[in-house]
Amino acid sequence: MSTPPLGTPDTTGAVAPWERLIAVIRERWDIVALVVLAVAPLVLPPLGGALGGQVTTLFIYCILALGLNVMVGYTGLVHLGIAAFFGIGAYLFAILTVPMYPFQMRFLTAAVVSALATAGVGLALGAPTLRLRGDYLAIVTLGFGEVVKVTLRNLEQITGGMKGLNPVPPPGAGLTIGGTDLGLAFAIDPRWFYYLALLALAGVVLAMRRLENSRLGRAWVAVREDELAAEAMGVSATRVKLSAFAMSSAVAGLAGCLYAASLSTTADPNAYDFNRSIMVLCAVILGGLGSIPGTLLGVALLVGFDTVLAPWADSAIQQWNINSSGSSLLTFSGWRLAIFGVALILVMRYRPEGLVPSRRLAAELHEVHA
Amino acid sequence: MTFFLQQCLIGLTNGALVALVALGYTMVYGIIRLINFAHGDLIMLGACLALTLVTGLGMAGWTGAATWLGVALLVVLCGLFCGGLNVAVDRLVYRPLRNAPKLAPLVSAIGVSFIFMNIGLFWLGPADRSFPELLPATNLFAGGGLQFTAKDLLVIVVVVPLMVALSVLVKSTRFGKAMRAVSQDTTAAALVGIDVDRVISATFFVGGFLGGAASVIYGLYINTIGFQMGFQNGLYAFTAAVLGGIGSIPGAVVGGLVIGLVRALSSAYVGERWTGAIVFAILIVILVFRPEGLLGRSTKEKV
Repeated sequence: MSTPPLGTPDTTGAVAPWERLIAVIRERWDIVALVVLAVAPLVLPPLGGALGGQVTTLFIYCILALGLNVMVGYTGLVHLGIAAFFGIGAYLFAILTVPMYPFQMRFLTAAVVSALATAGVGLALGAPTLRLRGDYLAIVTLGFGEVVKVTLRNLEQITGGMKGLNPVPPPGAGLTIGGTDLGLAFAIDPRWFYYLALLALAGVVLAMRRLENSRLGRAWVAVREDELAAEAMGVSATRVKLSAFAMSSAVAGLAGCLYAASLSTTADPNAYDFNRSIMVLCAVILGGLGSIPGTLLGVALLVGFDTVLAPWADSAIQQWNINSSGSSLLTFSGWRLAIFGVALILVMRYRPEGLVPSRRLAAELHEVHA
Repeated sequence: MTFFLQQCLIGLTNGALVALVALGYTMVYGIIRLINFAHGDLIMLGACLALTLVTGLGMAGWTGAATWLGVALLVVLCGLFCGGLNVAVDRLVYRPLRNAPKLAPLVSAIGVSFIFMNIGLFWLGPADRSFPELLPATNLFAGGGLQFTAKDLLVIVVVVPLMVALSVLVKSTRFGKAMRAVSQDTTAAALVGIDVDRVISATFFVGGFLGGAASVIYGLYINTIGFQMGFQNGLYAFTAAVLGGIGSIPGAVVGGLVIGLVRALSSAYVGERWTGAIVFAILIVILVFRPEGLLGRSTKEKV
């Protein structure tokens, strides 16, 4: 029995079951992924340990990247300081919850307040700078990122300097439902955070989907494709860009809250530096600008590279005894930066729309090339 | 008062160095509108080569005229190295993207910067390395309260002639004329028979050469190099270029001197650890209120 080559329209009506499966996955990748991720902790014991924490961090980076995607992907504004907003969210959340400060809000209230406040910071930075040309705006965001990092590091009375703020209480601290202390449950079993982050990620994905096809989402894309034409159609480019800036910052701030809560500390300010910003940007670009599955895949690839592929390759090199001299040239992780660099260059050259392109952006890019 | 003057002197010397790096940004931006993210890391590689040469030739033992000749040799070799590398990168990475959307070359430049940093990591190792002191630290201002050593003199001796040479090159040679033409309007320049790609390559070479010279001075003046030095120094220099008006060559020089002064004065009076924040805050303020910079001309957005 021969199978028809991929892409051939099926005329017989008989579809092989695996093809149907592939089609279902392609159509409904989101539901499939959600179900797999939701069931995984129940069947895979390692997810109840350190691995669970790593996957939680992965989800949080996915949220951060989706936030960045609003600006870079949909609206076409290069943002090189997203980590600053991630950090602002984390620190605001910490200030609102740690015992050191008088606020000590509940998780949800604190998360909402700090995400909104982060959006406010984004507006404050965006309002005066959004009329700048594209590459100047990129530099402003970069400079802002550095200013935030230095400020977080130096305002020791407020931010705790290099020690950061801790302990950030777990969500639901003090709440008891059906005899279980929620705060304690979060503190003991990483799966609680896993599900919380997964839920937040699913919520953000859903919101982004709705936004993509909303009036605002289409305005973002219109401004990216041709600002002048969009203005002529009655779209206020300034307002649209500002809303993208605010949305990006709010989502990044939310990711920051989850990050601080899951680590139970803000970590030191270096966690929110240019490197973090650029890695998230790489993820969005490699995966596909303006594409939700692309962004998620990009983050998974980058994080997977650091936590799975690099350690595996390093230990493999050691096992095969290639690197008997112990030179850092012969380790895989030593080449990390160069590999990312080459990947960025190759993607820009041959597939600027990314690995899983958004349909609109792919069309736009190929029109430019023609 | 002496303290203030001393800080100004330090600032101007530092600023001359910043200006040299800023020229590399401004020239490339002026001609192909690309923020060359990798420029700072190119200079880091130049410093790696300088350190290797200084160690390899045993220059720490040289004295007097031999030292100064050696430094001149270093400037030329590192200049050629960085210039050549810059041209190669342009040829391989940026040239295929000339007609691509603007994001593409910018992101590729970030990629190049990563690759350079990785090379620097292998070259220097993960820790900072100290660069040998080649020049005597004796004060040249006998009797005065001000401190001005051979190291400071070196910066001036290298930077001023390079800038004079550059302005002659740009203002009074055939190549300079072609460069200015390409920067004004690439298509029109091509139409009157200018080989645009060659002019762009040459611009990358000149910018890289100045960066190579800067890397030698950086090593001799600051005495510590590391594979991550490119990012921050590049950012300071880029700020200088924007401050002066990006694309403007005198602007880069003025901007560099101003940034040098700001850094020295804020380190002295506000505290070293705030310097970075102050410089970048200035950058943001300038971009908001006077995006064309101090000496730049305002350009209208082309439709």
